[in-house]
Amino acid sequence: MAATDEIRSLFPALSRKVYGKNLVYFDNAATVQRPQSVIDCWNRITRDSNANIHRAVHLLAEEATDAYESARDAVRNFINASSREEVIFTSGATASINLVAFSFGEAFVGEGDEVIVSEAEHHSDIVPWQMMCRRRGAALKVLPVDDTGHLRLDLLDSLITSRTRIVAVTHISNVLGLINPVKDIVARCHSEGVPVLIDGAQGIVHRNVDVQDLDCDFYVFSGHKMYAVPGTGVLYGKMKWLERMPPFMTGGEMVGTVSFSGTTFAPLPMKFEAGTQNFSGAATLKTAVDMALIMRGEGVGVNDGCCVSHRKELLENEAAVRDYLLDKLLSDNRIHLYGIPSAAEEKIPLFSFTVEGVHHEDLALILDKMGIALRSGQMCAEPLMDRFGVTGMLRASLVAYNTMEEAEYFISSLDKAIKMLV
Amino acid sequence: MEEQTKTLQETESEVEDEFSMFDEWLDKYEYLIELGKSLSSYPEEKKTDDRLIKGCQSRVWLDYKVEGGRIWFNADSDAIITKGIISLLIKIYSGRRPEEILSSDFSVIEKIGLKENLSPTRANGLVSMIARIREIAAENSQS
Repeated sequence: MAATDEIRSLFPALSRKVYGKNLVYFDNAATVQRPQSVIDCWNRITRDSNANIHRAVHLLAEEATDAYESARDAVRNFINASSREEVIFTSGATASINLVAFSFGEAFVGEGDEVIVSEAEHHSDIVPWQMMCRRRGAALKVLPVDDTGHLRLDLLDSLITSRTRIVAVTHISNVLGLINPVKDIVARCHSEGVPVLIDGAQGIVHRNVDVQDLDCDFYVFSGHKMYAVPGTGVLYGKMKWLERMPPFMTGGEMVGTVSFSGTTFAPLPMKFEAGTQNFSGAATLKTAVDMALIMRGEGVGVNDGCCVSHRKELLENEAAVRDYLLDKLLSDNRIHLYGIPSAAEEKIPLFSFTVEGVHHEDLALILDKMGIALRSGQMCAEPLMDRFGVTGMLRASLVAYNTMEEAEYFISSLDKAIKMLV
Repeated sequence: MEEQTKTLQETESEVEDEFSMFDEWLDKYEYLIELGKSLSSYPEEKKTDDRLIKGCQSRVWLDYKVEGGRIWFNADSDAIITKGIISLLIKIYSGRRPEEILSSDFSVIEKIGLKENLSPTRANGLVSMIARIREIAAENSQS
């Protein structure tokens, strides 16, 4: 069996039909399909081990706590954090960024200070900083992108001043699909004493992330984009920051002692995990990590029962599909592609584009009826849409389970749809 | 500005009949695209914010005037399929008395399979457009 067939068989949704046609799921950057292993993991905890974590001494509570905490260890290994206390569970990348924007802001940002974000950020990495700047009397500065979608890193040095308190930048933009040189960015910011948060919502899916190698101060991502269930997410933060940041939310098991005259807080990571956590969800991160490793051609030693011999083939297929789509979309003069890589390796298989004289909604509606699920609209990145002078785009985003046949069907369907509309 | 020669309910059934001929979704869209292209022109200067019904994806502008006790709608969209649906709505509801419009349950859009299938997201301005048509009719109703 081909590697893609084998991997696809692990994802129940991929075999379904829509409007009588085979589903072609190209909206993976919004949320990826879920493997049976993750569904089983969630079901098992929900059915057999449903008990509130960290509190009771009974067996069910122990099982639930163990599932939750071993997911933390799995994530720690996955991103190579130096300690498990640096891995905070949240409800997603958005929640992680809000946590940092609030708590880091409380501790380290004051009147007249500055925060830098890039123009390629999605709203979740813009608005929390904007709100924080408003509260703290700070200014939000923007690192622009050029016409090809690359960050204008030549401007970074001049944007950083003695008042810059933090820089937030995406690892891979959800619109442009270009892999940003985040390690260099971190090094340059650190040389000026400025910490960096990396939004890894897309990055964690397509790159090997080693937070110690990147040396980033914060790295955030969502579970549902990397095969776990929705409502799960991770905030990685360096101990030196997390220890000095006040809690974001309070209550539940995140306290030390409580009296009406004052409260002390639990140590990390629980200090940032107020209230009953989404423990059945977070537990799936462990299973999801295994899948993410397989999809990246790694995961040696993962007991998945299949695909072991095929991992290289999966990676090669993903690169071939990306190269094919990049070539087809770039060479079609009706199509305008955003995020043009200098070399194909710089891009993940994520393609945002517009078609001359055609509204993105019309194309998305027609392609949907052809069985192809795409994203259309502003993609939660209105400033970037404004930058490129469009009201919206279409986006095809793939992962390693998507096939060359799907890519070819997409290209021919796109051509047919455009011809219907012009 | 075409005078209505049939009752609102008659025109609704007519539209339903037209759509029942299509088995394939793409044929339905082909038809809507044609309707969209043939929709009478909407003046650029009336594409103002107060006439804009904003969806996340396509934009719809709705203008109207009241003449001889009837409401005349004119509308436009930047998306052609939405424009096709607008053209259907105008065919059914424009040139009617407010009471006539209010007597419709607007289920025609659902019956021809466009409501769920055409606005699967909050993005489409269609639902808001229908609400706005009802609102305008209610504001101009005598009763």
